[in-house]
Amino acid sequence: MSEEFKLEIVNPEKSFLNKEDVSEVVVPAFEGEMGILKDHISIISFLKPGILKVFSKRGEDKYYVEDGIIEFKENTLSVLTSSIFSLDKIDKNYISQSLSETEKLLGKDDLDDQSRFLISQKIDVLKSINSN
Amino acid sequence: MASLDDLKKRITSVKSTQKITKAMKMVAAAKLKRAQENAEKGRPYSEKMNNIILNLSNGISDKENAPKLLAGTGQDKVHLCVVLTSDRGLCGGFNSNIIKKAKAYFSKMVSEGKNFKIITVGSKGDDQLKRQYNDKIVERISFKDSKNVNFFDAEKVSKMIIESFQKNEFDVCTIFYNRFKNVITQIPQAQQIIPLETSDTKKEDEKDNYEFEPEEDEILGNLLPKNISTQIFKAMLENSASEQGSRMSAMDNATRNAGEMVDKLTIQYNRSRQAAITKELIEIISGAESL
Repeated sequence: MSEEFKLEIVNPEKSFLNKEDVSEVVVPAFEGEMGILKDHISIISFLKPGILKVFSKRGEDKYYVEDGIIEFKENTLSVLTSSIFSLDKIDKNYISQSLSETEKLLGKDDLDDQSRFLISQKIDVLKSINSN
Repeated sequence: MASLDDLKKRITSVKSTQKITKAMKMVAAAKLKRAQENAEKGRPYSEKMNNIILNLSNGISDKENAPKLLAGTGQDKVHLCVVLTSDRGLCGGFNSNIIKKAKAYFSKMVSEGKNFKIITVGSKGDDQLKRQYNDKIVERISFKDSKNVNFFDAEKVSKMIIESFQKNEFDVCTIFYNRFKNVITQIPQAQQIIPLETSDTKKEDEKDNYEFEPEEDEILGNLLPKNISTQIFKAMLENSASEQGSRMSAMDNATRNAGEMVDKLTIQYNRSRQAAITKELIEIISGAESL
């Protein structure tokens, strides 16, 4: 029996990625990274800034996401996100720019804990991409 | 009777107008194709979003404490109306249809004694509404500079709406736009986005059982603002397809009318030319006879 399931990544403008043959997806879910294999229970969760990893026979693809929602149902994983970039094609300038903007945000005083957490998450991820 | 020269001038001017409308029709047709494609590409996202929200709101155990964006403030006093129109004219009844729909809604509000505020997106709607409802317009937004409809613009609008909602400035929010059915038909729509209308079409036993991580309420709280952006983005996409469609058919009609006018004027021109020749001939003949 095949161990593969379907992955759909859509952003508001278009369908970003459509794959029938993924074996595992690791998503940066809000409460920690989550690996999803075939026949996972139906789940809805949302994402924090991080790296989304897609494993298939052809190897591993990495994407940077800022936010989004995932839904897994009947061996189809749907990822809805407004900001996703493939790590291979990502623009270094964009990362540095986004990093400095985000760091500025962290300097503000009127942040609640949750947004402070999200922002520092984002900075960590951006930094790790930048250093690669 | 107009002189031959005048007729000639009119024919040339109608012909050049026809050239313009024809060109506009071509441009609109090309843009329509793209806008339609974009609208279709954007559909999966909003459909999925809707589905998830539907599942979530069914799963919520404590309806009393549901997020306000879903449940509403419990009041129905102040309405916020977001009127989405185009920035350019010459597109037939496109803008007027939305405005008509919105105005009908406003007068209903007035007769029920409710208060309302208006946000206009697109300058044409603003132009039409400010004559009558200038004091009600709280915000004017125009995306003249962005070439295509993009999600960031939609997010800007929704951020504004949500901020104002959190300040308790309104209870109900409705957006007005044209739904694209086909090139000739666009249907003006009023869609309520706050509180969200969930039409539960699924039967009890068909409902899906989901695991939620974190809790439903928390996901909903995160998801609902996104859903508003998505709904507005969808409305903007539909609107831009409708605008091009409406412009295309309007320009098609204009080209046809100009053609008819040219035909009519040409006949008139030829007739008066013949009349002038006949008149001259009669003058020559009667002059010759009298000799």
